[in-house]
Amino acid sequence: MTFNAVRLDHKIIYQIVEPGSRVLDLGCGTGDLIHFLAKEKDAKVQGIELSEEAIYKCVEKGLSVFHSDIDSGLIEYPDKSFDYVILNQSMQEVKKVDFVLKEALRVGKKVIVGFPNFAFFRARLCLFFKGLAPVTLSLPYRWYNTPNLHFLSISDFKNFCAEKNIRVLETYFLGRRRLIHVLPNLLALNAIFVIQSPL
Amino acid sequence: MLGEDRTGSKLTEKDMDKKNRLGVVEAQYFTFAEPPNELLLEGGQRLGPIALAYETYGKLDADKKNAVLICHALSGDAHAAGFHPGESDPGWWDAMIGPGKAFDIDKYFVICSNCLGGCKGSTGPSSVDPATGNPYSLGFPIITIGDMVDAQRHLIDHLGIDKLLCVCGGSMGGMQVLQWVASYPERVRCAIPIATAMKHSPQQIAFDEVGRQAVMADPEWKEGAYYGHGQPERGLAVARMIGHITYMSDTSMEEKFSRRLKEKDYSFKFTTDFEVEGYLRYRGDNFVKRFDANSYLYITKAMDYFDVSGGRLIPPGRQVKTRFLVIAFRSDWLYPLYQSQDIVRQLKMRHADATYCEINSTYGHDAFLLEIAEETHLIKHFLDKTYKGYNVR
Repeated sequence: MTFNAVRLDHKIIYQIVEPGSRVLDLGCGTGDLIHFLAKEKDAKVQGIELSEEAIYKCVEKGLSVFHSDIDSGLIEYPDKSFDYVILNQSMQEVKKVDFVLKEALRVGKKVIVGFPNFAFFRARLCLFFKGLAPVTLSLPYRWYNTPNLHFLSISDFKNFCAEKNIRVLETYFLGRRRLIHVLPNLLALNAIFVIQSPL
Repeated sequence: MLGEDRTGSKLTEKDMDKKNRLGVVEAQYFTFAEPPNELLLEGGQRLGPIALAYETYGKLDADKKNAVLICHALSGDAHAAGFHPGESDPGWWDAMIGPGKAFDIDKYFVICSNCLGGCKGSTGPSSVDPATGNPYSLGFPIITIGDMVDAQRHLIDHLGIDKLLCVCGGSMGGMQVLQWVASYPERVRCAIPIATAMKHSPQQIAFDEVGRQAVMADPEWKEGAYYGHGQPERGLAVARMIGHITYMSDTSMEEKFSRRLKEKDYSFKFTTDFEVEGYLRYRGDNFVKRFDANSYLYITKAMDYFDVSGGRLIPPGRQVKTRFLVIAFRSDWLYPLYQSQDIVRQLKMRHADATYCEINSTYGHDAFLLEIAEETHLIKHFLDKTYKGYNVR
């Protein structure tokens, strides 16, 4: 796979992660991201995934994965046992966001969170003019088949971090093909935050 | 534990194909621990000489790095794959072992031995005690899973193998896998414990004890000294019937038997009205023809004593180089998911490279012998990556 063919969010996470880091991916899916990080950044990677089918794909790639529900916590991992814990496009699908983030911040020195922005202008237009639940590139599901349990905007997540004293180290706002630098809460499809537990 | 539990004995075309490819296999025997160098058992007693029956499939590489040890369950034996001369049923895990299968014998050298205490060619309570010239009976010392693994280790030494590529097994076989890691961590490159536990729970001990009591309550048991008179068949058959119930699930029993009757209507007698009754009786009666009642007592006791929890699997501070693939089945209520999850948690705490998969099966504990496609997919890739030394990290 050439670097250009890699998903934009994966490219950004690739650039964030330091070579040789220990990485835990919560909701790793078929393992594309951690496989990429292991190969290209010599990262020591592990994944947790709920789907049995996805586990098979991970094993094909030679990845080390734990078939489990991240909502049940990370008790087996000591504090700060990973350089990065990744929650890319999985945070909005867990039941207990508060608890899962707390656990991620406990076991990871840094946590990378990627989520779809519910306040993207097309989502706003969809709701405002059509009166329909938004369907966008980053929120492609219909109201009845979405795996998403939580709908949040970039501003929502910023406020959440402020309330919980979570330190925001870096933010990236993603358009369809490139980063967004102006009015991200209106113009970004997705966001990636690098966060750290309160001092 | 479910060695030969496969339905139907007719050879399909695929089986014939396998037969042609893997061909006829025969058991071999290795004897060691000749006095005065008897094996010191965990219980403090010494035992020797010890014979182990074993089979091998495939070829050992010149550098001896492709050896896979398969550990059988309670009622299994060394005959894991291929066909014995003149027999139409293949070994108990033939679907997994052979050319192109999960344990591809074109690549790997596969070994399976009958466990210590067994009755299929390895030394056990039905073997003749050289000191008396009679079968050991209850004079056979109590053995543990650790002792079984020590005996296997002698076999592996004898075969000139320093490091096993893989140790794999389900149920009691999985306990041996974990014991290998606990006893000889530097000799196992990867471990695949399936449908197993770090220790028997009170429920598992209870089922074993009911089985043992069924055997011992049979007057034919004669305090174990029944050799020459015939086995305590009724007792052992009941033990096996109980076992079989625990190997299935409510769903699999509903699918397999429902309330179907053997005859058109109820008999209004205590005969086998229901298919499930007939099946259990058939299984029980079949079992007593091929399994020694005293071996059943000794092996279930060994399983009950097994406990590598609390840091005994991998002591704190020990570097773990072994890779793990832990497999469990959703409907297995005899070895429930939490027991496999406990294994994985323990491994994660020790920073071991571990993969865990819960296979969505309705077969209950039996699944480890039946969910061949899923197990093959996982094991084949996992083993291949380990063998090639390919590490994504």
